Order: sequence, then structure tokens, then C-alpha cells
Amino acid sequence: MFVLAPEHLPASPPAPHSREAAGGSSFSRSGKWGDRLFHGTALSFSTGILLLTGGIGASLWRNSSLSRHAFGWKFLVGRVWDPVAGQFGALPFLYGTILTSALALLIAVPLGVGAAIFLSELAPRRLSDIMSFLIELLAAVPSVIYGLLGIFVLVPLVRQFLEPVLGKTLGFLPLFSGPPYGVGFLSAGLILAVMIIPFIITVTREVMLSTPKLLREAAMALGATRWEVATTVVLPFARSGISGAIFLALARALGETMAVTMVIGNTPVVSASLFSPGYTMAAVLANEFTEATGDLYLNALIEIGLVLFGATLIVNALAQLLVWSVKNRGGRR
Amino acid sequence: MTLVAFDSGRYRRRKLFGRLAFASTALCAAGVLSALFFILGYLWVHGISSLNWDFFTKLPKPVGETGGGMANALVGSAELLCMAGLFGLPMGVFAGIYLSEYGHNRFGAVVRYTTDILNGVPSIVVGIFAYTLFVLPMRKFTALAGGAALGAMMIPIAVRTTEEFMNLVPISVREAAYALGIPRWKTVVFIVIPTAMRGIVTGIMLDFARVAGETAPLLFTAFGNRYWSRGILEPTSSLPVMIYTYAISPYEDWHRQAWAAGLVLLTLVLVMGVLARFAVRRPATV
Repeated sequence: MFVLAPEHLPASPPAPHSREAAGGSSFSRSGKWGDRLFHGTALSFSTGILLLTGGIGASLWRNSSLSRHAFGWKFLVGRVWDPVAGQFGALPFLYGTILTSALALLIAVPLGVGAAIFLSELAPRRLSDIMSFLIELLAAVPSVIYGLLGIFVLVPLVRQFLEPVLGKTLGFLPLFSGPPYGVGFLSAGLILAVMIIPFIITVTREVMLSTPKLLREAAMALGATRWEVATTVVLPFARSGISGAIFLALARALGETMAVTMVIGNTPVVSASLFSPGYTMAAVLANEFTEATGDLYLNALIEIGLVLFGATLIVNALAQLLVWSVKNRGGRR
Repeated sequence: MTLVAFDSGRYRRRKLFGRLAFASTALCAAGVLSALFFILGYLWVHGISSLNWDFFTKLPKPVGETGGGMANALVGSAELLCMAGLFGLPMGVFAGIYLSEYGHNRFGAVVRYTTDILNGVPSIVVGIFAYTLFVLPMRKFTALAGGAALGAMMIPIAVRTTEEFMNLVPISVREAAYALGIPRWKTVVFIVIPTAMRGIVTGIMLDFARVAGETAPLLFTAFGNRYWSRGILEPTSSLPVMIYTYAISPYEDWHRQAWAAGLVLLTLVLVMGVLARFAVRRPATV
């Protein structure tokens, strides 16, 4: 299980309130004060979470003021990133983030949904559980280790095999033109795809398994084959949950830092070719934050952080709504 | 409408198509799993040959010299994780208690939603937050800032696992306590929490496993240090950041040590994760 949503667990109903439960008796006084204190403590820590999340947004907003005033909305469309001249435009980073995330989704969604169909519809429950457990381990591998393998395994492979082959066969497209560097959008997209697949599989499997048994049986009774049940009953039922899974994965891809930083080549350009080295928002933060000299430079970087925060906030909010909506439909496996 | 006789040839074709389609989905699943085995295998082969006793006991050698180890990074990581636990767990666990015991209202829903949002904030953004909060005013990189960043990242999982496992404690147990006249807070502290303890501890372990590999938020908070850390108000090295700096360096021997460190880190993370899952029978959650 990936998203914890206690609403649909075999949860206990809310406990009766203390004053009804313990009130009225002679020893309730200490209980009453203890209850108040305990409730207050728990409440204040909960409020702390709201403050913390709000505080992250507020501090990014406040600390990027110099750059926001200097460049305004042009910050998002400026192509020049020249710290020496004090020119800051974030377009290359936005472009890199969007391109690599899109590429990752393009690879990971078909693979992930395919694997999830296998796990929920065909594999015996035990095998499915074991495989899901292993796939969740894949999600636990730290990002820096993906980066390590990316530098020493993926990038040479891409440079020596994948890019020359793609260049020869599809080289007439601008997407696959240019010299094979190895590092670049393609490698970053590939490594992101591997990193987000576990999320897609786990959530998709979960919502597919929650398809009501009656629906499956009805389709079977009408003579549908197992595959037809999967595509005409289960997939439509799980559609919004799968969209939620894709949004969750997208949010992760947008914010992923280390693995991408290590394979993307760190060059702020906007290039149509996937072979070209590039940059992403998270990668520029990782690389340049400690070197930022001057307040404007630092503010510009923090503004990139603000944009990244805003983007993942929106995508995550949508994802949660979608996943909740499907889980609250009340399907039981 | 006319009745169509059952066309067994067509049905067989549909079944065959289904088989082929399912076979391709099985290939997808096998492909993803082989990625996991490739990662484990490759890291094992390269890591185990690079790992030696020095790695665990020696400090890094100056740039250009071969040998040395990452003892300071191991200690630094442990120190950062302890601080992260101190920062993140009280808030996470108490908020989880709130959600389970008092949170069945609109405010609880808001807290739940915000927790999920916080869970999705990119780690590097949390790092910037810690930077503006600690590094900017203090004008130096500190282990404290790194611990705070990791602590903030621990909160969401702590909240959700605490809540989930406390919700699993049957209502009848609470009612029995109330019937004996035990105040609500004592019921929670002495009955509900001990019952849910195993699950909560498991969640906390998974939480540590998750942040132990975090690199991005440490880059400009705890920074790095090639010597023993001199306290929480000084820069501190950590295992993930060492892997990063060594991997992107041009030195052959540093690459070797990066593989060794990668193996150690992955082993730590996976062992913690697997243990946590076997501790609770039902599959735990990330």
C-alpha cells in the first residue's frame, strides 16, 4: 500500500468524547486537565505541520523577492542564465524539467500499467504480493545510487549504443539529431523512468485490486475473456486512480534531484534534441546553490525553488484528489 | 435481433489475443524486476571488491592520494539521522495521535491533506527551506540545518503510520478503558499506544530508511567535511553526499570508494526496510 488513507481501513469510529466517557465521577478532575493538556499538545503539533508547510512556501517567497522584482514574469521565459552578468532566466531549467519528466512518463506509464495489469489480473495472489514487495524495494533505493549507476553504467551504454542506433534510424527527426554525448535529456529521462515506475505500479495495482468482484463476475458471465475483463471493466474502473498514480509519479519526477544532476550534463540550453546535455530546476539548485555569490544570484535560485515547489504542489494536490476519489468509491476487493 | 451461433473459432482467437496481451504485461513486470536485480547485482559486484576495513575506520585521504575511508561520513550520517529523529518524530507521532484520536473532523482532514502535500515537496526544496532558516542567519553550514531538513522530511510518514496503526486498535479496547473510568489521555498513552507500538516503531524504521539516503537537502545545509565533525554547529559529512562528490570526481580511487559507500548505504536502507516489513505481518506502508 502506498498512500495511507485511514478512511478506508477497518478503522474504529471516533471514540466517544472524554467528558461523556469519564466525566461526572469524583476522580475526573485530574483526567479533565490531563485530557486538555494531551489534546492541546497533539493539536499544537498538528498545527505545526500546517505552519511548517506554509512556512516552506512563505520563506521561498520572501527570500526570492530581489529576483522577483528584478525580472518579474520574464524570469520564466528568459533564456539567458549568466550569473556573472547578473542575467537570470529560468527557461532552460523549466524546459529541461518538463522534457525529462515527460520522457520519463512516456516510458514508465505503459510499462508500469502493463506490469500492474499482470500483478492484479493474472499473477496468483502470493506471487503478486512477493513481486510487489520487491518492486517497493526498488522505490526505496536512494536517488544518489541511481545516479551512481547512471554515471557509470547508463551513460556509457546510451553513448555507445542507444544514441548511435537512434541517430541512424530516426536521425531525420530533430529529436534524435546531434552527436551522442551520453549525458543529456535522454539519459535523465531514462533514469527518471526507472525511478518512478515503482510508484505507478504500486498505486495502479492497488486501485485495480479494489475493483468490485461483482463487476468482474458480470463481465465473465457475459463471456468476456480474462483480458477483456481487464481492459473493459477493470481499467475503466481504475482510470481515475491510475491518473492519480501518474500525477504522483510526475510530481516525483519534477522534483527528483540527485540522479538527474549526475546524468544530465548540466548545460543551460534549450535544445530540441534529446541527445543534447541540458539542465533541470532541481539540478541547478543542487549544483549552484553553494556557489551563489551575491544576493541576486541566490534569490534567483530560490525563485527556481519556488517555481518547483509550486509545480509539485499543484500536481500533488491533483494526485491526492484523484486517488482519494477512487478509494472513497467504496470498492472492496 | 438475431441469435448468433457460438463461434468457437472467434472465441479461440479472442482467448489467444488475451494470452499474448497478458504475456506482454508479464514481460513488463519481469523487466521492472530485472532492473532491481541488476541494481543489486551490479552494486554488489563493484561494491564488495572495493570494500575494505579502512573504509569503516579511516578518514578520507587528501585529494590525489589513494586509500583512506569514510569513517567520518558514517558517524556524520548517524549524527544527522539522530537529529532528524529528534526534530521530526515528536511532531510526526503527536500529529498522528491527534489524527487518530481527535482528528475525525474538518481540521483533521486539512491536516491529513497537508501532510500528503508535505510528503510530496521535493527534498531539495526542503533543503532550501532549512538553508533560509539556519544557514542564512548563522552564515555557515551546520549539521543542525541538515538534521532539521531531514527531520522535516520524516514528518509525513511518521504521521500517517502512527495514525494508521492507532486506528487498528479496536474501539472495544478503548471502551473497556472508559468503562473503568480511565481518562481519555491515559487510555491513549497507556493502552492504545502500547498496543499500536509495534506498528509505530516499524513506521519509524521505514522513515529512517527513507531519509538515510537523502542527498539533495544536505548539499547546502550539512555540506561536507573531510575530517571528524566538530559539533552540530559545524559542517558535517554524510554518506550520501560523499557518494555524490566521489562519483562526480575525476579520480579512479574515489570512484572505487563511491561504489563501496553505495553498497553500504543500499544495504543499510534495504535491511531496515525489509526488517520493518517482516516485523508487521500485514504489508507496511511507505
